[in-house]
Amino acid sequence: MRVAIASGKGGTGKTTIAVNLAKTLAEDGPVRFLDCDVEEPNAHLFLRPTFQERKGVALLVPQIDAEKCTGCGLCSRVCAFHALAVVGGKVITFPELCHGCGGCSLFCPTGAIHEIPKKIGVVENGLAGKISFSHGRLEVGSALVPPLIKAVKKQVHADRIVILDAPPGTSCPVVATVAGCDYCLLVTEPTPFGRHDLDLAVGMARELGIPCGVVLNRAGDGDEIIEDYCAREGLPLLLKIPFDRRYAACYAAGNLLVEEFPSWQEVFKDLWREIERRAGA
Amino acid sequence: MKVAITSQGKDLAAPVDERFGRCRYFIIADTESGSFTALENAGAMASGGAGIQAAQALADRGVEAVITGYMGPKAMQTLQAAGIKVYAGASGSVGEALAMFKEGKLGLIDRANVNAHFGMR
Ligand code: SF4
Ligand code: SF4
Repeated sequence: MRVAIASGKGGTGKTTIAVNLAKTLAEDGPVRFLDCDVEEPNAHLFLRPTFQERKGVALLVPQIDAEKCTGCGLCSRVCAFHALAVVGGKVITFPELCHGCGGCSLFCPTGAIHEIPKKIGVVENGLAGKISFSHGRLEVGSALVPPLIKAVKKQVHADRIVILDAPPGTSCPVVATVAGCDYCLLVTEPTPFGRHDLDLAVGMARELGIPCGVVLNRAGDGDEIIEDYCAREGLPLLLKIPFDRRYAACYAAGNLLVEEFPSWQEVFKDLWREIERRAGA
Repeated sequence: MKVAITSQGKDLAAPVDERFGRCRYFIIADTESGSFTALENAGAMASGGAGIQAAQALADRGVEAVITGYMGPKAMQTLQAAGIKVYAGASGSVGEALAMFKEGKLGLIDRANVNAHFGMR
Protein backbone atom coordinates (compact mmCIF):
# COMPACT_ATOMS: atom_id res chain seq x y z
CA MET A 1 0.00 0.00 0.00
CA ARG A 2 1.62 3.22 -1.17
CA VAL A 3 0.13 6.51 -0.11
CA ALA A 4 1.42 9.86 -1.30
CA ILE A 5 0.80 13.02 0.71
CA ALA A 6 0.68 15.98 -1.63
CA SER A 7 -0.56 19.53 -1.77
CA GLY A 8 -0.95 22.04 -4.55
CA LYS A 9 1.32 24.50 -2.78
CA GLY A 10 3.85 24.66 0.02
CA GLY A 11 3.13 25.45 3.65
CA THR A 12 -0.19 23.64 4.02
CA GLY A 13 1.07 21.16 6.60
CA LYS A 14 1.68 18.29 4.18
CA THR A 15 4.77 17.08 6.01
CA THR A 16 2.91 17.25 9.35
CA ILE A 17 0.28 14.85 8.04
CA ALA A 18 2.88 12.54 6.49
CA VAL A 19 5.12 12.22 9.56
CA ASN A 20 2.27 11.87 12.04
CA LEU A 21 0.59 9.22 9.91
CA ALA A 22 3.87 7.30 9.59
CA LYS A 23 4.58 7.55 13.32
CA THR A 24 1.10 6.29 14.23
CA LEU A 25 1.26 3.34 11.83
CA ALA A 26 4.73 2.40 13.08
CA GLU A 27 3.13 1.58 16.45
CA ASP A 28 1.65 -1.52 14.81
CA GLY A 29 4.38 -2.57 12.39
CA PRO A 30 7.12 -1.54 10.01
CA VAL A 31 6.58 1.49 7.77
CA ARG A 32 8.67 2.86 4.94
CA PHE A 33 8.82 6.65 4.72
CA LEU A 34 10.08 8.41 1.59
CA ASP A 35 10.67 12.15 1.68
CA CYS A 36 10.47 12.94 -2.03
CA ASP A 37 10.95 16.69 -1.63
CA VAL A 38 14.58 16.40 -2.71
CA GLU A 39 14.97 20.15 -3.09
CA GLU A 40 14.04 20.88 0.50
CA PRO A 41 13.79 17.68 2.51
CA ASN A 42 12.49 18.34 6.03
CA ALA A 43 10.69 15.20 7.26
CA HIS A 44 13.91 14.01 8.95
CA LEU A 45 13.65 17.00 11.30
CA PHE A 46 10.49 15.44 12.76
CA LEU A 47 11.19 11.71 12.51
CA ARG A 48 14.89 12.10 13.41
CA PRO A 49 16.21 8.94 11.81
CA THR A 50 19.75 7.66 12.29
CA PHE A 51 21.23 7.46 8.82
CA GLN A 52 23.22 4.34 8.01
CA GLU A 53 23.70 4.56 4.30
CA ARG A 54 24.47 7.25 1.78
CA LYS A 55 24.44 6.54 -1.95
CA GLY A 56 25.42 8.85 -4.78
CA VAL A 57 22.93 9.05 -7.64
CA ALA A 58 24.35 9.63 -11.09
CA LEU A 59 22.88 10.02 -14.53
CA LEU A 60 24.64 8.90 -17.70
CA VAL A 61 25.27 11.94 -19.87
CA PRO A 62 26.82 12.04 -23.34
CA GLN A 63 30.45 12.74 -24.05
CA ILE A 64 31.38 13.35 -27.67
CA ASP A 65 34.42 11.87 -29.37
CA ALA A 66 35.29 14.70 -31.77
CA GLU A 67 37.41 12.33 -33.90
CA LYS A 68 34.45 10.12 -34.74
CA CYS A 69 31.74 12.82 -34.94
CA THR A 70 30.76 13.88 -38.46
CA GLY A 71 28.51 16.73 -37.30
CA CYS A 72 25.45 15.09 -38.86
CA GLY A 73 23.16 16.64 -36.24
CA LEU A 74 21.09 13.54 -35.56
CA CYS A 75 21.81 13.54 -31.82
CA SER A 76 20.48 17.06 -31.38
CA ARG A 77 17.31 16.16 -33.29
CA VAL A 78 16.55 13.09 -31.16
CA CYS A 79 17.17 14.85 -27.84
CA ALA A 80 13.81 16.00 -26.50
CA PHE A 81 15.50 18.10 -23.83
CA HIS A 82 17.75 20.20 -26.09
CA ALA A 83 20.79 19.04 -24.16
CA LEU A 84 22.78 18.84 -27.40
CA ALA A 85 23.24 21.36 -30.19
CA VAL A 86 25.16 20.77 -33.39
CA VAL A 87 26.39 23.98 -34.96
CA GLY A 88 29.23 24.55 -37.38
CA GLY A 89 29.80 20.80 -37.58
CA LYS A 90 30.46 20.49 -33.85
CA VAL A 91 28.42 19.18 -30.94
CA ILE A 92 27.92 21.29 -27.81
CA THR A 93 26.53 19.47 -24.78
CA PHE A 94 24.52 20.93 -21.91
CA PRO A 95 24.80 18.16 -19.28
CA GLU A 96 22.59 20.11 -16.85
CA LEU A 97 19.65 19.64 -19.24
CA CYS A 98 20.32 15.95 -19.98
CA HIS A 99 17.82 13.45 -18.55
CA GLY A 100 20.07 10.48 -19.23
CA CYS A 101 17.66 8.73 -21.61
CA GLY A 102 20.47 7.36 -23.76
CA GLY A 103 18.71 8.28 -27.00
CA CYS A 104 21.57 10.23 -28.52
CA SER A 105 24.18 7.50 -28.15
CA LEU A 106 21.71 4.95 -29.48
CA PHE A 107 21.11 6.96 -32.65
CA CYS A 108 24.59 8.32 -33.36
CA PRO A 109 25.54 6.64 -36.65
CA THR A 110 29.28 6.77 -36.03
CA GLY A 111 29.46 5.68 -32.39
CA ALA A 112 30.89 9.04 -31.39
CA ILE A 113 28.88 9.28 -28.17
CA HIS A 114 30.01 7.66 -24.92
CA GLU A 115 28.07 7.92 -21.71
CA ILE A 116 29.75 9.18 -18.58
CA PRO A 117 28.19 9.42 -15.10
CA LYS A 118 27.29 12.84 -13.74
CA LYS A 119 26.31 13.15 -10.09
CA ILE A 120 22.84 14.64 -9.51
CA GLY A 121 22.43 14.00 -5.78
CA VAL A 122 22.47 11.48 -2.95
CA VAL A 123 19.96 9.14 -1.35
CA GLU A 124 20.23 8.65 2.41
CA ASN A 125 18.70 5.68 4.24
CA GLY A 126 18.17 5.35 7.95
CA LEU A 127 15.95 4.12 10.74
CA ALA A 128 13.61 5.97 13.09
CA GLY A 129 12.21 3.28 15.37
CA LYS A 130 10.13 1.01 13.15
CA ILE A 131 10.22 3.52 10.32
CA SER A 132 12.65 2.85 7.49
CA PHE A 133 13.43 6.33 6.33
CA SER A 134 14.78 7.47 2.95
CA HIS A 135 15.23 10.84 1.40
CA GLY A 136 17.20 12.45 -1.40
CA ARG A 137 19.27 15.55 -1.56
CA LEU A 138 19.78 17.28 -4.85
CA GLU A 139 23.31 18.27 -5.79
CA VAL A 140 23.61 22.06 -5.74
CA GLY A 141 23.11 23.37 -9.26
CA SER A 142 21.35 20.26 -10.56
CA ALA A 143 17.85 20.71 -11.89
CA LEU A 144 17.20 17.01 -12.36
CA VAL A 145 14.61 16.50 -9.68
CA PRO A 146 12.49 13.65 -11.16
CA PRO A 147 15.40 11.21 -11.70
CA LEU A 148 16.50 11.70 -8.08
CA ILE A 149 12.94 11.14 -6.84
CA LYS A 150 12.86 7.89 -8.83
CA ALA A 151 16.09 6.88 -7.06
CA VAL A 152 14.47 7.59 -3.68
CA LYS A 153 11.44 5.48 -4.69
CA LYS A 154 13.74 2.56 -5.56
CA GLN A 155 14.55 2.23 -1.84
CA VAL A 156 11.21 0.47 -1.40
CA HIS A 157 11.61 -3.29 -1.15
CA ALA A 158 9.01 -5.62 0.31
CA ASP A 159 7.47 -2.90 2.46
CA ARG A 160 3.80 -3.32 3.18
CA ILE A 161 3.15 0.31 4.02
CA VAL A 162 4.88 3.15 2.21
CA ILE A 163 4.23 6.82 2.96
CA LEU A 164 5.56 9.28 0.40
CA ASP A 165 5.91 12.95 1.27
CA ALA A 166 5.61 14.73 -2.10
CA PRO A 167 7.22 18.04 -3.01
CA PRO A 168 4.79 21.00 -3.10
CA GLY A 169 3.07 21.97 -6.32
CA THR A 170 1.73 19.98 -9.25
CA SER A 171 4.71 19.88 -11.64
CA CYS A 172 6.96 17.01 -12.81
CA PRO A 173 8.53 16.29 -9.39
CA VAL A 174 5.07 15.79 -7.86
CA VAL A 175 3.96 13.58 -10.73
CA ALA A 176 7.18 11.55 -10.33
CA THR A 177 6.27 11.03 -6.66
CA VAL A 178 2.57 10.32 -6.96
CA ALA A 179 2.74 8.06 -10.03
CA GLY A 180 2.28 4.41 -9.12
CA CYS A 181 0.78 5.11 -5.69
CA ASP A 182 -2.45 3.48 -4.52
CA TYR A 183 -3.88 6.60 -2.94
CA CYS A 184 -3.12 10.28 -2.73
CA LEU A 185 -3.94 12.49 0.26
CA LEU A 186 -4.25 16.15 -0.67
CA VAL A 187 -3.63 18.61 2.13
CA THR A 188 -5.15 22.07 1.90
CA GLU A 189 -6.36 25.00 4.00
CA PRO A 190 -9.65 26.92 4.07
CA THR A 191 -8.72 29.86 1.82
CA PRO A 192 -9.39 30.72 -1.84
CA PHE A 193 -5.73 29.97 -2.59
CA GLY A 194 -6.06 26.66 -0.82
CA ARG A 195 -9.04 25.76 -2.98
CA HIS A 196 -7.36 26.88 -6.18
CA ASP A 197 -4.24 24.82 -5.54
CA LEU A 198 -6.31 21.88 -4.36
CA ASP A 199 -8.18 21.99 -7.66
CA LEU A 200 -4.88 21.75 -9.57
CA ALA A 201 -3.73 18.86 -7.41
CA VAL A 202 -7.03 17.02 -7.88
CA GLY A 203 -6.66 17.46 -11.65
CA MET A 204 -3.20 15.92 -11.48
CA ALA A 205 -4.31 12.92 -9.40
CA ARG A 206 -7.24 12.28 -11.75
CA GLU A 207 -4.95 12.54 -14.76
CA LEU A 208 -2.79 9.82 -13.18
CA GLY A 209 -5.87 7.75 -12.33
CA ILE A 210 -5.10 7.72 -8.60
CA PRO A 211 -7.96 7.97 -6.10
CA CYS A 212 -7.61 10.90 -3.74
CA GLY A 213 -9.06 12.36 -0.57
CA VAL A 214 -8.69 15.69 1.19
CA VAL A 215 -7.25 16.72 4.54
CA LEU A 216 -8.21 20.21 5.67
CA ASN A 217 -5.55 21.75 7.86
CA ARG A 218 -5.89 24.92 9.99
CA ALA A 219 -9.63 24.44 9.83
CA GLY A 220 -12.04 26.72 11.68
CA ASP A 221 -13.00 29.83 9.76
CA GLY A 222 -14.46 29.57 6.29
CA ASP A 223 -14.21 25.78 5.97
CA GLU A 224 -17.20 25.87 3.58
CA ILE A 225 -14.91 26.94 0.75
CA ILE A 226 -13.26 23.51 0.83
CA GLU A 227 -16.35 21.57 1.98
CA ASP A 228 -18.40 22.93 -0.94
CA TYR A 229 -15.59 22.19 -3.36
CA CYS A 230 -15.30 18.59 -2.12
CA ALA A 231 -19.04 18.06 -2.32
CA ARG A 232 -19.20 19.42 -5.85
CA GLU A 233 -16.25 17.32 -7.00
CA GLY A 234 -17.39 14.18 -5.18
CA LEU A 235 -14.20 14.11 -3.12
CA PRO A 236 -14.11 12.69 0.41
CA LEU A 237 -13.04 15.14 3.10
CA LEU A 238 -11.24 12.64 5.31
CA LEU A 239 -9.87 14.76 8.11
CA LYS A 240 -10.01 18.26 9.55
CA ILE A 241 -7.28 19.54 11.82
CA PRO A 242 -8.46 22.70 13.58
CA PHE A 243 -6.23 25.71 13.80
CA ASP A 244 -4.62 25.74 17.24
CA ARG A 245 -1.64 27.71 18.48
CA ARG A 246 -0.40 24.71 20.43
CA TYR A 247 -0.20 22.65 17.21
CA ALA A 248 1.72 25.39 15.44
CA ALA A 249 4.18 25.57 18.34
CA CYS A 250 4.55 21.80 18.30
CA TYR A 251 5.42 21.93 14.59
CA ALA A 252 7.82 24.83 15.03
CA ALA A 253 9.68 22.86 17.70
CA GLY A 254 10.05 19.93 15.30
CA ASN A 255 7.80 17.72 17.41
CA LEU A 256 5.08 15.29 16.45
CA LEU A 257 1.41 15.97 17.12
CA VAL A 258 0.73 12.31 17.96
CA GLU A 259 3.46 12.39 20.63
CA GLU A 260 2.59 15.71 22.24
CA PHE A 261 -1.16 15.13 21.97
CA PRO A 262 -1.63 11.34 22.04
CA SER A 263 -5.37 11.62 21.42
CA TRP A 264 -4.47 12.31 17.78
CA GLN A 265 -3.21 8.76 17.37
CA GLU A 266 -6.74 7.38 17.11
CA VAL A 267 -7.58 10.06 14.56
CA PHE A 268 -4.65 9.09 12.35
CA LYS A 269 -5.53 5.40 12.74
CA ASP A 270 -9.05 6.15 11.54
CA LEU A 271 -7.62 8.14 8.66
CA TRP A 272 -5.52 5.16 7.63
CA ARG A 273 -8.47 2.74 7.84
CA GLU A 274 -10.45 5.08 5.64
CA ILE A 275 -7.59 5.31 3.11
CA GLU A 276 -7.26 1.51 3.00
CA ARG A 277 -10.98 1.11 2.47
CA ARG A 278 -11.06 3.67 -0.34
CA ALA A 279 -7.89 2.57 -2.08
CA GLY A 280 -9.16 -1.00 -2.11
CA ALA A 281 -12.54 0.02 -3.51
CA MET B 1 24.01 39.09 -44.79
CA LYS B 2 21.24 37.07 -43.15
CA VAL B 3 19.96 38.63 -39.92
CA ALA B 4 17.34 37.18 -37.55
CA ILE B 5 15.23 39.55 -35.43
CA THR B 6 13.10 38.22 -32.57
CA SER B 7 9.54 39.34 -33.27
CA GLN B 8 6.03 39.24 -31.88
CA GLY B 9 4.54 39.04 -35.39
CA LYS B 10 5.21 37.92 -38.93
CA ASP B 11 6.32 41.15 -40.63
CA LEU B 12 8.56 44.19 -40.30
CA ALA B 13 5.80 46.27 -38.64
CA ALA B 14 5.50 43.84 -35.72
CA PRO B 15 7.07 44.80 -32.40
CA VAL B 16 10.40 43.25 -31.47
CA ASP B 17 10.04 40.39 -28.97
CA GLU B 18 12.68 41.05 -26.36
CA ARG B 19 13.01 37.40 -25.41
CA PHE B 20 15.27 35.26 -27.54
CA GLY B 21 14.44 31.61 -26.78
CA ARG B 22 10.76 32.28 -26.20
CA CYS B 23 9.98 34.84 -28.88
CA ARG B 24 6.99 34.01 -31.09
CA TYR B 25 8.67 34.50 -34.47
CA PHE B 26 12.03 35.15 -36.03
CA ILE B 27 12.07 37.54 -38.95
CA ILE B 28 14.98 36.42 -41.10
CA ALA B 29 16.01 39.36 -43.26
CA ASP B 30 18.54 39.58 -46.06
CA THR B 31 20.28 42.94 -45.68
CA GLU B 32 21.43 43.03 -49.32
CA SER B 33 18.18 42.22 -51.13
CA GLY B 34 15.81 43.56 -48.46
CA SER B 35 13.70 40.37 -48.59
CA PHE B 36 12.51 38.67 -45.43
CA THR B 37 10.74 35.55 -44.18
CA ALA B 38 9.05 34.78 -40.88
CA LEU B 39 10.00 31.64 -38.96
CA GLU B 40 7.74 30.47 -36.18
CA ASN B 41 9.76 29.69 -33.03
CA ALA B 42 9.04 26.05 -32.33
CA GLY B 43 10.57 26.33 -28.87
CA ALA B 44 8.44 29.24 -27.63
CA MET B 45 6.49 26.91 -25.36
CA ALA B 46 9.28 24.44 -24.56
CA SER B 47 9.81 23.70 -20.88
CA GLY B 48 13.57 23.99 -21.10
CA GLY B 49 16.37 24.49 -23.58
CA ALA B 50 14.30 26.87 -25.73
CA GLY B 51 17.26 29.16 -26.37
CA ILE B 52 19.44 26.27 -27.50
CA GLN B 53 16.75 24.98 -29.83
CA ALA B 54 16.23 28.45 -31.31
CA ALA B 55 19.95 29.01 -31.77
CA GLN B 56 20.24 25.65 -33.49
CA ALA B 57 17.38 26.48 -35.87
CA LEU B 58 18.96 29.81 -36.84
CA ALA B 59 22.40 28.24 -37.34
CA ASP B 60 20.81 25.60 -39.60
CA ARG B 61 19.37 28.41 -41.76
CA GLY B 62 22.70 30.13 -42.24
CA VAL B 63 21.87 33.18 -40.13
CA GLU B 64 24.95 35.33 -39.40
CA ALA B 65 23.59 37.82 -36.85
CA VAL B 66 20.79 37.91 -34.30
CA ILE B 67 19.00 41.03 -33.07
CA THR B 68 17.08 40.70 -29.82
CA GLY B 69 16.49 42.22 -26.37
CA TYR B 70 17.84 39.67 -23.95
CA MET B 71 20.04 36.63 -24.37
CA GLY B 72 20.55 33.78 -21.90
CA PRO B 73 23.81 31.91 -21.32
CA LYS B 74 23.06 28.63 -23.12
CA ALA B 75 21.69 30.29 -26.24
CA MET B 76 24.72 32.60 -26.26
CA GLN B 77 27.10 29.67 -26.05
CA THR B 78 25.34 27.91 -28.94
CA LEU B 79 25.25 31.00 -31.16
CA GLN B 80 28.89 31.73 -30.48
CA ALA B 81 29.88 28.18 -31.40
CA ALA B 82 28.01 28.73 -34.66
CA GLY B 83 29.86 32.02 -35.23
CA ILE B 84 26.63 34.03 -35.09
CA LYS B 85 26.95 37.59 -33.79
CA VAL B 86 24.45 38.87 -31.22
CA TYR B 87 23.12 42.42 -31.05
CA ALA B 88 21.02 43.18 -27.98
CA GLY B 89 18.91 46.00 -26.64
CA ALA B 90 16.58 46.21 -29.63
CA SER B 91 13.10 47.66 -29.13
CA GLY B 92 10.35 49.23 -31.25
CA SER B 93 9.31 47.51 -34.48
CA VAL B 94 11.30 44.87 -36.32
CA GLY B 95 11.81 47.30 -39.22
CA GLU B 96 13.15 49.98 -36.87
CA ALA B 97 15.50 47.52 -35.20
CA LEU B 98 16.78 46.43 -38.57
CA ALA B 99 17.40 50.05 -39.60
CA MET B 100 19.27 50.69 -36.36
CA PHE B 101 21.35 47.60 -36.98
CA LYS B 102 22.28 48.79 -40.47
CA GLU B 103 23.29 52.19 -39.08
CA GLY B 104 25.51 50.45 -36.53
CA LYS B 105 23.44 51.70 -33.59
CA LEU B 106 22.92 48.36 -31.85
CA GLY B 107 25.48 47.03 -29.39
CA LEU B 108 27.31 43.79 -30.12
CA ILE B 109 27.35 41.56 -27.04
CA ASP B 110 29.59 38.59 -26.33
CA ARG B 111 28.07 37.57 -23.02
CA ALA B 112 24.59 36.64 -21.79
CA ASN B 113 22.67 39.64 -20.45
CA VAL B 114 20.03 37.65 -18.59
CA ASN B 115 19.88 34.48 -16.49
CA ALA B 116 18.66 31.09 -17.67
CA HIS B 117 14.87 30.57 -17.78
CA PHE B 118 14.18 34.22 -18.50
CA GLY B 119 10.83 34.66 -20.22
CA MET B 120 9.38 31.39 -18.94
CA ARG B 121 5.69 31.70 -18.30
S1 SF4 C 1 20.94 11.05 -23.08
FE1 SF4 C 1 18.89 11.66 -23.79
S2 SF4 C 1 18.53 13.59 -22.69
FE2 SF4 C 1 20.72 13.21 -22.56
S3 SF4 C 1 21.58 14.31 -24.30
FE3 SF4 C 1 21.21 12.20 -24.97
S4 SF4 C 1 19.18 12.26 -25.93
FE4 SF4 C 1 19.39 14.12 -24.70
S1 SF4 D 1 24.82 11.94 -34.06
FE1 SF4 D 1 26.96 11.37 -33.67
S2 SF4 D 1 28.02 11.92 -35.54
FE2 SF4 D 1 26.05 12.94 -35.62
S3 SF4 D 1 26.47 14.98 -34.75
FE3 SF4 D 1 25.78 13.70 -33.07
S4 SF4 D 1 27.67 12.89 -32.20
FE4 SF4 D 1 28.21 13.68 -34.18
